[in-house]
Amino acid sequence: MSGDILVRARDLSIEFVSPDATVQAVNGVDFDLAEKEALCILGESGSGKSVTLRSLLRLNPPKKTVMSGSLSVCGEDMLTISDAKLNSLRGRLVSMIFQEPMTALDPVFTIGRQIAETIIRHEGISRGEADRRALDLLELVQIPSAKRRLAAYPHELSGGLRQRAMIAIALSCRPKLLLADEPTTALDATVQIQVLLLLHKLQQELGMGIIFVTHDLGVAGEIADRIAVMYAGRFVEEGPVRDVMRQPMHPYTRGLLGATVHAGMRGKRLTTIPGAPPDLSDLPPGCAFAPRCSEATRSCTADVPALHKLGPERGARCVLVEDAA
Amino acid sequence: MLLYIVRRVAYAIPIALLVSLVCFMLVHIAPGDPIDSIVPPDTPKEAVEQVRREYGLDKPLPVQFAVWLSHVVQGDLGRSIASRRPIAGDLMLASGKTFVLAVTAATIGFSLGVALGSLAAFFQGTWIDRLCVGFAVAGVSVPHYWLGMVMVIIFSVLLAALPAMGAGPSDWVWDWVHIRFLILPAITLSVIPAGLITRTVRGTVIEILNQDFITTLRGKGIRRSGLLLHVVKNAAPTVLAVMGLQFGYLMGGSILVESVFSWPGTGMMLNNAIFRRDIPVIQGATLVLAMFFVLLNLIVDLVQTAIDPRMRRT
Ligand SMILES: Nc1ncnc2c1ncn2[C@@H]1O[C@H](COP(=O)(O)OP(=O)(O)O)[C@@H](O)[C@H]1O
Ligand SMILES: [Mg+2]
Repeated sequence: MSGDILVRARDLSIEFVSPDATVQAVNGVDFDLAEKEALCILGESGSGKSVTLRSLLRLNPPKKTVMSGSLSVCGEDMLTISDAKLNSLRGRLVSMIFQEPMTALDPVFTIGRQIAETIIRHEGISRGEADRRALDLLELVQIPSAKRRLAAYPHELSGGLRQRAMIAIALSCRPKLLLADEPTTALDATVQIQVLLLLHKLQQELGMGIIFVTHDLGVAGEIADRIAVMYAGRFVEEGPVRDVMRQPMHPYTRGLLGATVHAGMRGKRLTTIPGAPPDLSDLPPGCAFAPRCSEATRSCTADVPALHKLGPERGARCVLVEDAA
Repeated sequence: MLLYIVRRVAYAIPIALLVSLVCFMLVHIAPGDPIDSIVPPDTPKEAVEQVRREYGLDKPLPVQFAVWLSHVVQGDLGRSIASRRPIAGDLMLASGKTFVLAVTAATIGFSLGVALGSLAAFFQGTWIDRLCVGFAVAGVSVPHYWLGMVMVIIFSVLLAALPAMGAGPSDWVWDWVHIRFLILPAITLSVIPAGLITRTVRGTVIEILNQDFITTLRGKGIRRSGLLLHVVKNAAPTVLAVMGLQFGYLMGGSILVESVFSWPGTGMMLNNAIFRRDIPVIQGATLVLAMFFVLLNLIVDLVQTAIDPRMRRT
């Protein structure tokens, strides 16, 4: 079993330390990701999704980031990994794609060069061979007239094509794990679906594990096997995608589901969650969602609720949820 | 790209024409009859008229400009009032000397600036950064002539190690006999560009290091050495623009530094001409320098465009 685990996080916490404040962006997150599995992290912006994802490659700014707990990615202990090992893991076993395809690509290098560069870095093959592989990759991500696009600069491509190029870079060394941080948020609605379906298809074909961050429930339902709902740096609910969507246990998850348009919403009224997420440099004791929760009781503000297990893969951090056992 | 080059060169032509027009007008902008600045006040009337004809000042302005311009393109900048010698030849010699000084100062200043600026950026917020920034601020604020004089006092007077004046015997040669004369003025002159380039490189590199694509590159496993290539190519257009401008200023020949070290370059030539009200010389020197600026701008523009494809669109 353990050979099949790509990611194992236990009590993972991440703080950003600066002279003015300490931001507790992630506060004790536990999760596993098996090979070929698709996990979706859901939550409002500012809930720590990107920070969590970036920590899997140690891409948070090294100087001010303090990580604790334990985190293993592809068998490497990410808290103690050496720079050399880290650099060989990045882009080869684990790749990441980002929200903004415009700024995530170097504007003064061609698309082809930026793909080839990654392959050369990890596989030490010749420039010509790498260029051929780059062409194959552009075809793999279904970029039309791929040959011509190899010599294109990022600004010469549309947002959708740019994100496809980004995916090509990420897939260039056939990683086992793909991290996708809101990869479709910056795109037009129709393009969003295309890119999403492409990602899904590639994930299945190449047999990658994927962790997908989004605040779009529709996206989550489309791709994920499992969902984790994040709030103020904690996973407040997790479980198989259907269970969470059909039967959300945590009031926050219910709020999120009520606030987005998705298939189960037909005939219901769109609602919003009142208030705003808490300041991560000054977290309240107890459940961080309590101040916004219509069902909050006095016991909510005493301690951080424990994870109540509802099944082997299902759980929620809310005092109102009864343990299944 | 080729089309862009052609278009950009074509743009430079009207600029060059405008610049020559301004230089030409220099003589006429000065209050009074331009002839007064050419001949001494007590010259007999016939002599004045002869000079007027000789200089073509009796013709209408547009004609004068056309005649002047046709001479200029043939390399004839007229004669100096003070020495009665052709200006072009003297200017050539002086520019050559200034060029030697400018290239040396630029080499020192730019290398130092790039090195310190990159160091400061990569070690942002540490004492290394503060040291480099301190140098940059000092570099741009210390007065030239003061630094020049301090250097002369230390290296020429106290240590008697380096000469304080002139550019060495006869024509310039790159040997120790001559280079000894170059060291002090070149270092003095390099301090401002070094400071400015340090500041520019630091700012540009920090901005680039904060961009998203750097995270992408780190996420691909690109090592520091590989990252450097991306930083350099992204920083180059901005830094080159500042360097181009700075080199232009250096070619103008610092009047102060050339005077402190009696370096026989364009700065000193201009200085002398201004004191003697030798307007044709001022005109010729200004024209050549301005043209050099136009050319430098053109080169910087083309290089920038070659590096950054986003600039090609306009
Ligand atoms: N480099 C950083 N330095 C300080 N604070 C950060 C940094 N990156 C993220 N944060 C903070 O961490 C919190 C979570 O951010 P993020 O993970 O980006 O949220 P999201 O769920 O929208 O992706 C935010 O409050 C953000 O301000
Ligand atoms: Mg985010």
